[in-house]
Amino acid sequence: MKWKNIFLIAFRSILKNRMRSLLTSLGIVIGVCSVIVMVAIGEGSQAKVKEQINSLGTNLLIIFPGISHAGGVSRGAGSLNRLSLDDAEKIAEEAKYIDAVSPMVMTGAQVIGGGNNWMTSINGVSIDYPKIRDWELASGEFFTEQDIRSRRKVAVLGKTIADNLFPGQDPIGERIRIRNTPFKVIGVLSEKGQNARGMDEDDLVLAPSTTVLYRLKGRRWVNMIFARAASADQMDAAKKEAENLLRESHRIEPKEEDDFGVRDQTEIIQMATETSRTLTLLLGAVAAVSLIVGGIGIMNIMLVSVTERTREIGIRLSVGARNTDVLVQFLTEAVALSLTGGLIGIMLANCVAFLLNRFTELNPVINPGIVLLSFAFAAVVGIFFGFYPARKASNLNPIDALRYE
Amino acid sequence: MKTIIEMKKVSKVYDLGDVAVNALRGINIEIKRGEFVAVMGASGSGKSTLMNIIGCLDQPTTGDYYLDGVNINDLSSNELADIRNQKIGFVFQVFNLLPRTSALENVELPLLYDRSGLAKDPRKGATWALNRVGLGDRISHEPHQLSGGQRQRVAIARALVNQPEIILADEPTGNIDTRASIDLLSVFQKLNDQGNTIVLVTHEKDIAEYAKRIINLRDGYIVNKKIVKKRRSALNDLENWQDEEEKIQVDYEK
Repeated sequence: MKWKNIFLIAFRSILKNRMRSLLTSLGIVIGVCSVIVMVAIGEGSQAKVKEQINSLGTNLLIIFPGISHAGGVSRGAGSLNRLSLDDAEKIAEEAKYIDAVSPMVMTGAQVIGGGNNWMTSINGVSIDYPKIRDWELASGEFFTEQDIRSRRKVAVLGKTIADNLFPGQDPIGERIRIRNTPFKVIGVLSEKGQNARGMDEDDLVLAPSTTVLYRLKGRRWVNMIFARAASADQMDAAKKEAENLLRESHRIEPKEEDDFGVRDQTEIIQMATETSRTLTLLLGAVAAVSLIVGGIGIMNIMLVSVTERTREIGIRLSVGARNTDVLVQFLTEAVALSLTGGLIGIMLANCVAFLLNRFTELNPVINPGIVLLSFAFAAVVGIFFGFYPARKASNLNPIDALRYE
Repeated sequence: MKTIIEMKKVSKVYDLGDVAVNALRGINIEIKRGEFVAVMGASGSGKSTLMNIIGCLDQPTTGDYYLDGVNINDLSSNELADIRNQKIGFVFQVFNLLPRTSALENVELPLLYDRSGLAKDPRKGATWALNRVGLGDRISHEPHQLSGGQRQRVAIARALVNQPEIILADEPTGNIDTRASIDLLSVFQKLNDQGNTIVLVTHEKDIAEYAKRIINLRDGYIVNKKIVKKRRSALNDLENWQDEEEKIQVDYEK
């Protein structure tokens, strides 16, 4: 007995009932297609979030002020702020694995210039900031080490500010006022667009950290410190190093807790993608359920088919088919239906992904692993749900089967 | 001639829960190669049961059945399937062809289940068998495109295709008209002349008279076995039939 013959018999039988075969496969088609598309949509949004976080800069470490506790009550992030410009300087000078450091001193203020005004965020940073953020100037120049030491009143404008205060003009060399302090515009940043939270990244003014800290805020502490590890493999070492240096400068005893926190970019990405990953998983799970429903559809049709084809089975047994031949035939039919359904589902998923990409905001990313997985799952569904009807068919008694009306 | 079928005290009891039905009661039969035997009997006489046992679709409750020297009682269901495939060709009353399947594919069927390795080219074998029953020009027709007689010829071709030891025909003329029946019997007679062993089950005496030997069954017993003295030739009858048809035609015209 050649296996080829059994497969031939099974395929003839499928082709003889084209419409029914197609409808039977439909469940699997939809199941496979929705698994692939759902996961692709989820992964697409994940990729988008990741991309946006990477736009913060690469190999980034962010040092936050610590949290103070008072009798078991946490006062929240930033309540214990002891990060200073000196800390930033110390890291910049002593750390081996960190090649760029910038403090971040933030304040919100109204900016007046060119006859217009704009409420925005004023960020005091160091000269390393553009390097850390991977952010180039569109025109003019960035402030210098000298500007920082002298607390000079110079400012670099974000694209949004430049466009709103000086529409259609070159703002370089113009004067602006921030909280009644005059600043000279020396540069304009290139456009960065929206960040992961949908906020306009270009809506800001950069000024020397010392200027913002002492002239605008009048306080000692900086909001956070950005540091860049020399390379991606040195992220962990850089993080450790920054922690040690800060503990040293804050004189923290070995058993005491840190009064600051260090987060690296991977953690931030993880946190941000956590939600969309959960969502992907949920979507995938719901779609997988539809795949199982598709399998039950196959079982349903196969069971009906066994009853409907009882006489055919009798004929096959009478001309010398063994029970296993009938079993293999019906199993092959079920698996072939589910695999065909799987293939059509994969093709359909690609079409749907293409259309979504073209006509919606979603950017689905088809994962080849999921394609393979859902195809394999379709095969397993075929075997699992095909087995019972196939077994039922093969257990028929030839005499009863031949007499069946 | 070699004995193909030998039954010794074969009985079959169907257990229907409360009642036991004795379908066959101690049957002894011997059929040699090249015979053309008709098994006759009214319904309920046990002829279908006998047929099923001969065809290895069923096994006796007691007694021994030797097919080509092999005791069927000792065989597994797979071995029985192989015997049905190799040694037996069935022709049923209701044709039992696969619907929406061409004559060729229907006839190919036994060859597709062949495990002996003898069936090299199913397509060729099926074409040969269809030619033998005179349907060489109808190989791609599906059953619904064929007349009753033609369908039964396809069934005979399917029974022939594995070159079995015996062709078993269970009321093959039951669903076709008299003319087509005689036509069909001419096919059986021709095959028998060419050396095929044929066992034909029927309840019609007319039909049984085309065989060489008749076994009469009643209530599970063999009533008698007799050689057919005045054997009818289907070909002759067909010629006469044509005369009769003409006669009717002439009468009508008058």
